Amino acid sequence: MTKLIKSGAYAQDVYVPVTDDAALPDGAVLVSLARFQKERDSLLERNTPIGVKLQSGENPELLGADVSRLSLVALEFPKFRDGRAFSWARILRTRLGFTGEIRAVGDFLYDQVNYQHRVGFDAWEVPDHFTLPMFNRALTEMTDVYQPSADGKKTIRELRAAK
Amino acid sequence: MSEVAPNMYRYDEFDARFVAERTAQFKLQVERRLKGELTEDQFKPLRLMNGLYLQLHAYMLRVAVPYGTISSKQMRMLAHIARKYDKGYGHFTTRQNIQYNWPKLVDVPDILSDLASVEMHAIQTSGNCIRNVTADHFAGASADEIEDPRPLAEIIRQWSSLHPEFVFLPRKFKIAVSGAPQDRAALKYHDMAVEIVKNDAGRTGYKVLVGGGMGRTPYIAQVLGEFVEKEDILAFLEAAMRVYNEQGRRDNIYKARIKILTNALGIEEMRRQVQREFAEIKQGGNLQLPQDELDRITAYFAPPNFDTGLPDAIPDAGKDFANWVKTNVHAHRAPGYAIATITLKTPGQVPGDATSAQMETIAELMDTYSVGEVRVTHEQNLVLPHVRKKDLPAIYARLKELDFASANAGLITDIIACPGLDYCDLANARSIPIAQRIALKFADLDRQHEIGELKIKISGCINACGHHHAGHIGILGVDKKGVEFYQLQLGGSGAEDASIGEIMGPGFTEHEIADAVERVVNVYIKTRQPGERFLDTYRRLGMAPFKDAAYEKEAA
Repeated sequence: MTKLIKSGAYAQDVYVPVTDDAALPDGAVLVSLARFQKERDSLLERNTPIGVKLQSGENPELLGADVSRLSLVALEFPKFRDGRAFSWARILRTRLGFTGEIRAVGDFLYDQVNYQHRVGFDAWEVPDHFTLPMFNRALTEMTDVYQPSADGKKTIRELRAAK
Repeated sequence: MSEVAPNMYRYDEFDARFVAERTAQFKLQVERRLKGELTEDQFKPLRLMNGLYLQLHAYMLRVAVPYGTISSKQMRMLAHIARKYDKGYGHFTTRQNIQYNWPKLVDVPDILSDLASVEMHAIQTSGNCIRNVTADHFAGASADEIEDPRPLAEIIRQWSSLHPEFVFLPRKFKIAVSGAPQDRAALKYHDMAVEIVKNDAGRTGYKVLVGGGMGRTPYIAQVLGEFVEKEDILAFLEAAMRVYNEQGRRDNIYKARIKILTNALGIEEMRRQVQREFAEIKQGGNLQLPQDELDRITAYFAPPNFDTGLPDAIPDAGKDFANWVKTNVHAHRAPGYAIATITLKTPGQVPGDATSAQMETIAELMDTYSVGEVRVTHEQNLVLPHVRKKDLPAIYARLKELDFASANAGLITDIIACPGLDYCDLANARSIPIAQRIALKFADLDRQHEIGELKIKISGCINACGHHHAGHIGILGVDKKGVEFYQLQLGGSGAEDASIGEIMGPGFTEHEIADAVERVVNVYIKTRQPGERFLDTYRRLGMAPFKDAAYEKEAA
C-alpha cells in the first residue's frame, strides 16, 4: 500500500489512475503521456482535474502549452538511481511555469526527498512505513544550501551577503 | 616550529554547519544500514556520495582534498586518521585526494567528525555526482599562470555540493580547472574542464571543455564554450550538467559518461543545446556570479607575504642535490622562491603511499619552509608550493631521511599506478608490483636522467584509473584465462598536447613487461634527435620501430 504526502501533510489522492485502454471514470484522472496526447481534446473538455504521469525518459516539454491546463504532473522514478526527474521537475517549475502538483512516484529513497523538494516536487507517493515525521526530518537534515533551485530557498551566498 | 595557517579557503559558520550536518546525516545512514533498515543496494549510493567504497578486502574511504590544497594542520589530522583507524598509511590519488584502504564501517562517522574538525570531508568523492574538483597543483605559485584557478575551483566546489538536480547523474562527473597555458591538470581528459584564458581584448574569462575521458572509450575533450564571461560560469556549467542529466545514457554504464553523449550528439548540437539552457538560466539571474563574490573568495587565496631581497641562486649542495633540483624544483613567480615536488615514488615503494610518520614530517616541512601548505598532484606526488631557494638544501636533507628524496619527478620511475588487484574490486590485474618492478629496473639515477622526461602510467583494468591512455608509455593489465597480461600503449599525453596512446599489440606477462619497456626505451635512446623527449621521438617515428624491439625477444 502507498499513501500520499502533499504540501507537508497526509493527503487524499483524488486522482484515479487510468490505464491506456480503460474507460475514463468521472472525476480527476491520471493518464499517461501517450493517452493524453491521443485524447487531448476530449480530456481537456471534461472540465475535471487532469494529471499526466511521465516516464523518466519523457521530457515535460512534450506537453507543450497544455501543461498550464494540467493540475498534476507525476514523475516516475523507475529506479532510485535514475535522476532525470530532478531535471524534469526543475524545468516544469522554472521554464514551463507549472504551478500545479508535481508528484514523485516509483522507486525513490528517503534520502532523496529533500533534493526532490528543492527542485520542485510538492507531493510524494510513499510506502506505508514512510511517516510524516520521517518526511519532515528528511527536509530538515541539512539547514542551508549552496545553490539556487526551484524552491527559492536563500543560498549560503545570499545569507553571507545579508550578514 | 609552530603551526602556520596558509592562505587558503577557510570555512565560515555556514560551511562548518553544512559539513557537520552532513556528517550527522551519514551517521544516521550508517546506523540504518547496520540495523538492516537499508539494504546494501540502497545504502550504496548514499555511502558512495560520502566517499565510502566497498573494495576487495574492506571498505575504502576517499577523503576530498579540494583542488589538492592541504594545510599542515590538515596533514597532521590525515596522519592521525591513518594511525588510529587504518594501518598507519594513506594513499594519495590521481584526483588529488587521499584514500584509506582499511577503515571499519562503524568508525567512518568518527573519521568524518575528525575530518570536519579540520574543515575536511568526503562529500562527493565517489558516486554518480559531480566529484571533488581538481586544479593545477602549481596554482598561485607557477611563473606561467594567468590567474590562480583555486578561487573558481572553490566556487565550483560550493555550487556542486549536494546540488539537488545533479546527485543522481547517469555516471560520475569530474571537473578540473587550470589558470596556466601549460596544462598540469590533464584538462582534456576530464568530463568538463575550465581553462582561464585572456581574450583578444585582454579580458580574462573561461574556456570550457567537455567530453574528455579515459576508461574503455578514451576521448580528448572538445571546446564547449570558447570564452565564457566570469559572471556566467556557474550558469554555463549548470546548463551543460542539465543537458547531460537529461540525455546521458542510463542503459549501459560503459556508455553513460558525457564523452559518449557529446560524441553521439556531435559537438555542434551539444553546444546548441547547452546555449539554449544557458540563455534561460542566465536570464533567470540567480546563478550569476557577482564580481564582489569572486573577489571575496579570491581574497582567501591571496599570495603569501613573500620575503624580498632573497638570493635568487640555488646553493651548491652536491651532485645528488643538483639532480633533485633539476627534476623536482620548478620556476616560481616570486624572485628567490621555488616550487619543490616531493615524489612519493622512491623506486620500490607503492606510488602515492605515505605513512603517518612521513605525513607528520611533511607537515613539519610545510610549516618550516612553505607557509604551512602542500599540494597533492594528479601524478600522486606532493608539492611544496612556496619555498625559498636558499632553503632547498635543508629541505632535501630532511626528505632524504624520509626516503622521499628521489630526483625523479617526470622521469621514468615517477610512475602513476592505480591500486589494482591488490585492493580493487574491479581490477583484472595488479598494478603496484609492475610499477615497483619497472621503477627498480630503472632505479639508477644517472640512467633516469639520461632518459629524461618519460611518463609511465599503469592501470589494472580498462577503467583506466592509472591513466594509461595518457602515458607516454601506458600499461594496461588484462586477465587472460586467469593469468595477468600487460598491454603496452605508446604516445599518450595528458598535457596541453593531449593525445591518446596507441595500443602496440598482444600483452606481456608480468615477468616480461619491464624488459619490454626497457627495449622500447632503448629504441628511443638510439634514435632520438637532440632535445627530443620520448614522446617527441615516438610521434616522429611512429609505432613500428618500438613494436619491433618490444616483441624481438618474444619472436626468438
